[in-house]
Amino acid sequence: MPHPVYIYDAVRTPRSKGKKDGSLYTVKPIDLGASVLKAMQSRLDLDTSYVDDAVFGCVTPIGEQGGDVTKMIVANAGWDQSVAGVQLDRFCASGLEAVNIAAQKIASGWEDLVVAGGVESMSRVPLGSSGGAMGADPEFVFKNGFIPQGVAADLLGTLDGHTREEVDAFAVESQRRAAHARDNGYFDKSVVAVKDNNGVTVLDKDDFIKPETTMEGLAKLKPAFEMPGQFGFNDVAISKYPQVSKVNHIHTPGNSSGIVDGSSAVLVGSEKAGKDLGLTPRARIVATAVLAVEPVLMLAGPAPAARKALKKAGLQASDIDLWEINEAFSSVALRYMSELEISHDVTNVNGGAIAMGHPLGATGGMLVGTMVDELERRNLKRGMISLCVGGGMGISTIVELV
Amino acid sequence: MSGFIYEKDADGIVTITMDMEGSVNAMTEEYRGTMEDTVTRLEAEESMTGVVFASAKDVFFAGGNLNELVEAQPGDEEDYMEGLEAVKGHFRRLEKLPVPVVAAINGAALGGGFELCLGCNYRIAWNNRSVKLGLPEVNLGLLPGAGGIVRTVNMLGLQNALPYIMEGKQITPDKALEAGLINELVDTKEELVSRAKAWILENKDNEEAKSQPWDRKGHKIPGGDTNNPQVAQLLVMSPAMLLQKTKGLMPAPETILDCAAEAARLSFDGALKVESRGLTKLVMTPVAKNMITTFFFQMNQVNGGASRPKGIEKTDVKKVGVLGAGVMGQGIALVSAMAGIEVVLKDLTVESAEKGKAYSDKTLSKRVARGRMTEEKKAGILSLIKPTANNEDLQGCDLIIEAVFEDINLKKKIVQETEPFLAENGTYGSNTSSLPIGRLAEASLNPENFIGIHFFSPVDKMPLVEIICGDKTSQETLAKAFDYSQKIKKTPIVVNDSFGFFTSRTFGSYLDEGVQLLKEGFHPVALDNLANSIGMPLGPLAIYDEVSLSTSLKASASAEELGLLDVHGDSTITRGVMSTMVEEHGRGGRHQGGGFYQYGEDGSKEIWPGLYDLYYNKDLEIPSEDVKDRLLFRQVIEALKGLQEGVVHSVADANIGTIMGIGAPAWTGGLIQFVNTYGTQKFVDRATELAEKYGDRFAPPAIAVEKAEKGELFV
Repeated sequence: MPHPVYIYDAVRTPRSKGKKDGSLYTVKPIDLGASVLKAMQSRLDLDTSYVDDAVFGCVTPIGEQGGDVTKMIVANAGWDQSVAGVQLDRFCASGLEAVNIAAQKIASGWEDLVVAGGVESMSRVPLGSSGGAMGADPEFVFKNGFIPQGVAADLLGTLDGHTREEVDAFAVESQRRAAHARDNGYFDKSVVAVKDNNGVTVLDKDDFIKPETTMEGLAKLKPAFEMPGQFGFNDVAISKYPQVSKVNHIHTPGNSSGIVDGSSAVLVGSEKAGKDLGLTPRARIVATAVLAVEPVLMLAGPAPAARKALKKAGLQASDIDLWEINEAFSSVALRYMSELEISHDVTNVNGGAIAMGHPLGATGGMLVGTMVDELERRNLKRGMISLCVGGGMGISTIVELV
Repeated sequence: MSGFIYEKDADGIVTITMDMEGSVNAMTEEYRGTMEDTVTRLEAEESMTGVVFASAKDVFFAGGNLNELVEAQPGDEEDYMEGLEAVKGHFRRLEKLPVPVVAAINGAALGGGFELCLGCNYRIAWNNRSVKLGLPEVNLGLLPGAGGIVRTVNMLGLQNALPYIMEGKQITPDKALEAGLINELVDTKEELVSRAKAWILENKDNEEAKSQPWDRKGHKIPGGDTNNPQVAQLLVMSPAMLLQKTKGLMPAPETILDCAAEAARLSFDGALKVESRGLTKLVMTPVAKNMITTFFFQMNQVNGGASRPKGIEKTDVKKVGVLGAGVMGQGIALVSAMAGIEVVLKDLTVESAEKGKAYSDKTLSKRVARGRMTEEKKAGILSLIKPTANNEDLQGCDLIIEAVFEDINLKKKIVQETEPFLAENGTYGSNTSSLPIGRLAEASLNPENFIGIHFFSPVDKMPLVEIICGDKTSQETLAKAFDYSQKIKKTPIVVNDSFGFFTSRTFGSYLDEGVQLLKEGFHPVALDNLANSIGMPLGPLAIYDEVSLSTSLKASASAEELGLLDVHGDSTITRGVMSTMVEEHGRGGRHQGGGFYQYGEDGSKEIWPGLYDLYYNKDLEIPSEDVKDRLLFRQVIEALKGLQEGVVHSVADANIGTIMGIGAPAWTGGLIQFVNTYGTQKFVDRATELAEKYGDRFAPPAIAVEKAEKGELFV
């Protein structure tokens, strides 16, 4: 029998544009990561020597984010020398994978307290700069097929028959919800300010959200993935999905996740850890699941992963009160909701990555915090968190308040 | 726009002539408003073809306002950062003007002054040695925070920029041209502005003349950014190379290296912001406060003659007699001759005197070989030194300095023999590190003209002179010794005639504490290493070996003869160890075949293994922090006592004396200044704690207790 796994705390940085003019560009990844660990240590008065390991997701682990950045973050945060650290990469799921692995470490009974989360400075270490065989090894590509994620998102929307208006409407709502949540302090429990080395605040609230977003404004944006589609990826898509006559390029920067910088941390531990340290559990991790589906379409994994998690937990979709699906692209969220037959009313209730951005390796940990905060705020019980993942993978985690 | 003269000529070129209140142009309160108005006006100027920045002063522009920097305190970070961003914002706006901006550099441009030049598109300098260029902020615990780091890295590449930003290297215009820091030289000051204008006109169709390289598309940092494997390798090596020198005690070069790496990694504007944060951080550090206070303000005070008696006309020594052509005498002869003073170098035999002069020949020949001196100049200096064995050759010297062996009877005898040859009303100086000047003066017919002039070895390299007034020494004599010290380009501090004076006494306490730790059983290797880790150039055991344990033993005997043994504290333990080492084990020191260390033929050294058997106690537990504080606090307490007893005349003299004379760590800003930023109350508390644990010698001196109670600083 697995040991029960508790979430003792969750913190995250605000998110900001992941470009040279973003608010967090002048913050090193190790400082971004350290800022969440320092905040967590200080608000829990945590004896960090109790922590067995740190597991952080980072999707571009090169340069400043290379070389097991997690251990450097742990050291940079001034945590006890005995705390180990590992960086993992499961593409966009890395942050949630970190939480899940931490949960499994605790469930196995072999560790008692693990901090999980992620870091991604997309402004300093650009998306895709770490390379990889998925799209760049011709032999592999010929054998397995590959289209860029954006084209895959358009393919998904085309297969599901979504129009530009539908995906734009979803985006406008994400912006509205995120701005409302931020401005009403729904994120304040978890969002910690990023400070510079003089203790001066660099950023204390999400500044990527664009509450002024309108349908008219979004309609003016040009499709972002039409050009790569025309280069040949559309034909690759159609050869895999012959029922499609034409890939409908409905995604734009306005209805896709934003490129941002950020970091997250979730403290996951056993019952014993809580007792030893005098910490009160906020939630329990009920089940985790990961799987892969057809890799060319790439983004259809979340719903199957959610079903897998439900099955492990012996639950039905109706047992879930709130849902978080990472808004990598509007079509991904729309597919997830329709496949699981759930309403937008209980899904991404405080907006998502279209409004706030998707700091790749950090996102999963952020979603866990967002979910736990909102379940507490609404006095609900159970939540499902899912993300689509490169290579056709999907990931899910079920949490419930205790 | 007070301070800046703004003129536009018929060609549309605006010349800004900086002529601020006071003797130099600097980043004062006046400057900020003036620069803001100037840049705003330039941005709005119509049909402008170029801008020239020139200076009406001898100095082009002299950097930041150090008073302001000392005053900024933790908690002021946001305000400080805002002010800094405004200053660097001006330079950013200047270089982005749609016309060429040229710096016409007529005089020194250091620190902020050079950063202004770097913010211009083109730099022309008068090719003259007085035009010193560079970014010396690191020497005051700061960094070039007005774009100096980011622009030099983008201009020269990371590796080539480091000597200028991390080591504060200053250069003349010809070298700056070679390095790529400036673009053109002119031979006369008068040509500067006209040449600047001509360049603007010549380049009116050249788009590149109007922008900085880093604002052009496709700009690449020379040598590559941080993704370049060689740059990455440099970044792996540089921290270790730096720590080797600084022992992690100097925040400024560390922060500079990090900001430079960021400059090679980030966008230009991103890196400018990181640089501002770096300076903001440094400004708040005690190290910066210490270095600015001592190396700038107090250094100016000391060199400005604060300790020289007032109202006495400046004197000028023309002929000096140096008695004893040993290590000290030959050095004194050299520095005196280099200052244009005629020198009579006297020893017992002409051969010995000639040998002493040969030192000057050898030292100057090295300079000639390095191209730093001409043969003629060398010959001229050497011709000033007359080696002799005859006292009669001293006839007419207006200053005689005896530098014979530290034996009071020998020195007295020499004084009696040579004083008659001194010119009328001449000064008699004794180079001694500890013998009482009053007693030596007993041998003199004119004790009011007798004074101690304590040189440090090697004389031509050590910048300090400790001037000791005996009870009868006149103010005129002090003034003369002071003027002579300055003439030979030494920094003089003035002290009273107490045993060991100020520097030797203070230094002695450090050595004594080292030996006490050894005797207690502390690991001898760790002892010297921990001394290094607080920034002392050599550990106590290593120093004892250099000065020799035998000499130290003899000095104790001599102090005993004079009735001065242990006047500043019980030295039984040290004397015991010296006696055991020298008399029982024949370990007299490095030049006596080995002392605390043993020496290999290849110049290597390691702790003499016998020390472990004699003293080491592996069960002894003393926290490293206590060892470090003991080594530092002993010196600080002794320096405070010197100040309290009036041995040293001023806080400035005490700080400069400990830094320049006995190698007090630069980060302290001198042993008295250390207390200011450590916190006077905290110092008293810690000293009390050490006294309880390790003995009364750590009891805080009354002067420190009083300062702590009043909440005052040592100034």
